[in-house]
Amino acid sequence: MSSTRASTLDDANNASPINRSKLSFALGDVAFKYSALFFALVVLAIVVGIFVMLVVQSMPAWQAFGAGFITGDVWDPVREQYGAWPSLIGTLVAAAIAMLIGLPVSFGIAIFISELAPEWLKRPIGTAVELLAAVPSIIYGMWGLFFFAPFFAAYIQPGLVAVLGPLPLFGTLFQMPSLGGSSGVSVMTAGIVLAIMTIPFMASVMRDVFQIVPESLKESAYAVGATQWEVVWNVVLPYTKTGVMGGVMLGLGRAVGETMAVTFIIGNASKLGTSLLEPGSTIAAKLANEFNEADGLQMDSLVAMGLILFVITFIFLVLSKLMLMSLAASQEGMKT
Amino acid sequence: MNLYARRKLINNFNMTISVITTALGVIFLAWILIVLVVKGVGAINWSLFTEMTPPPGSAGGLANALVGSLLITFAAVIIGTPIGVMAGTYLAEYGEKSFFAESVRMINDILLSAPSIIIGVFVYGLMVLPMGHFSGWAGSVALAIIVIPVVLSTTENMLRLVPTQMREAAAALGAPRWLVISNIVYKAAITGMVTGVILAVARITGETAPLLFTALNNQFWSTNMNDSMANLPVVIFQFAMSPYDDWRELAWAAALLITTLVLGMNILTRVLMRSSGKA
Repeated sequence: MSSTRASTLDDANNASPINRSKLSFALGDVAFKYSALFFALVVLAIVVGIFVMLVVQSMPAWQAFGAGFITGDVWDPVREQYGAWPSLIGTLVAAAIAMLIGLPVSFGIAIFISELAPEWLKRPIGTAVELLAAVPSIIYGMWGLFFFAPFFAAYIQPGLVAVLGPLPLFGTLFQMPSLGGSSGVSVMTAGIVLAIMTIPFMASVMRDVFQIVPESLKESAYAVGATQWEVVWNVVLPYTKTGVMGGVMLGLGRAVGETMAVTFIIGNASKLGTSLLEPGSTIAAKLANEFNEADGLQMDSLVAMGLILFVITFIFLVLSKLMLMSLAASQEGMKT
Repeated sequence: MNLYARRKLINNFNMTISVITTALGVIFLAWILIVLVVKGVGAINWSLFTEMTPPPGSAGGLANALVGSLLITFAAVIIGTPIGVMAGTYLAEYGEKSFFAESVRMINDILLSAPSIIIGVFVYGLMVLPMGHFSGWAGSVALAIIVIPVVLSTTENMLRLVPTQMREAAAALGAPRWLVISNIVYKAAITGMVTGVILAVARITGETAPLLFTALNNQFWSTNMNDSMANLPVVIFQFAMSPYDDWRELAWAAALLITTLVLGMNILTRVLMRSSGKA
């Protein structure tokens, strides 16, 4: 500053270089702040835009079928009759299978990484699990279609049918499909591949929340003679249960919206089968398969299903946020 | 069996299961990678990079898809990064805990978890329908929408790690806020911000669903972003689902390429973060 002032002393009544730079500083400040604000608004506008676009484009379908579109179980482009039910149920069932398998497995992985593994093994195992999350979903799809589905059909499916098939009620879910049983393309295999895809997400959230449990809590439990399992089940899990649920919701959101892997493996049947071993469909797979060839009411109906999917993932996201927030809040409470 | 033995038994049983589940996770990762390498390596040769995607039943390469993917991804990063960085800057430096900033954070999480196929449908309605044809630009915009939330949240987190004292020191010297942010804060956080961009690139490299409805595919060599454009993920999808052996082989080669790239970028981000953590 002082050197600037010295150099301008010669021209005493000309202080404008300083003023000018002050002005440009101030202008720069305003410009920078408001362009930052503008781009934050862009993010807002994109999400609002997605929602508005989905609602507007799907209007004809809602007008044609009303709320009955959600429960309509016919998808017939020839008769111009569309309903979301088979794909909606397929989406939810595949996601449910993914959670039934994925939840205990990711719990086990999280326990292993945070409690059991020796120090030198923690990082490589953690990295391996996270790399599993980075593999693009289309790769899971190819692997699922060409390797896992045939493997499933040859080795696991017969066992499932033989053991669970004869059970009353429950057994109908595990009947051998009349057609295509040997390819292994089914809702069940899609659910299993979804489980493999969501496990890394759930396992790393669980590992992260397990690590916030204060050592002193665990050590007190060990000091009174608790086993490792008792510490995990009675100390770690109660302390972190909302965080764990948040992780599960996150995984569920992914499982519901996953497209490419499911499109490869689920078989894309338009009808709802009674057995989990039959081909089915999900909303995302239906979109991937039919969107480009569709027009008119079929296109509108596909967009309407997209809207349903968007709303479902939104609900799961909000639930997971609420749970993770209440975990953070309860932690604050414990500190004070 | 007394209580003590029972507790020990339960403990050992559950801990064994925990080890087995971890082993399962590692086995599946290994299975997928081995399949990719075995199927892909045989199909990788020089013509992959020099020849176009072939019609069914003949040999060819992936040159047009590689270039298409490169162009689309590059444009997506150019579009998405500034938006993500600026919005992240707003949240970390200006918005902080205000209601508006909290809402943007929430909205950003929605965008982060929105199914990518929905983004494809959105851009189809936004660009493909009004323009009347599929285009590389539409593909880039769709991928940019996936880039934004990733870059935004890493930028915000990295800027928050920069100590307030550094900002105060610069401000005390008379630097206006925008110079403090651009010359001091960004420089301190640059490794983390670059990591965010690489993570975003890794995420869109394998993204297929949003490109299906936007860039589609093109059998021929094209660098015209205003027309439908070949790209690796959609080529993988179409070729893998086809009954032709040549096509399937190319699909495996492309799958190996993409996975190598994505995993490589993920490992690179780890190395970057670790080295910046030590510094």
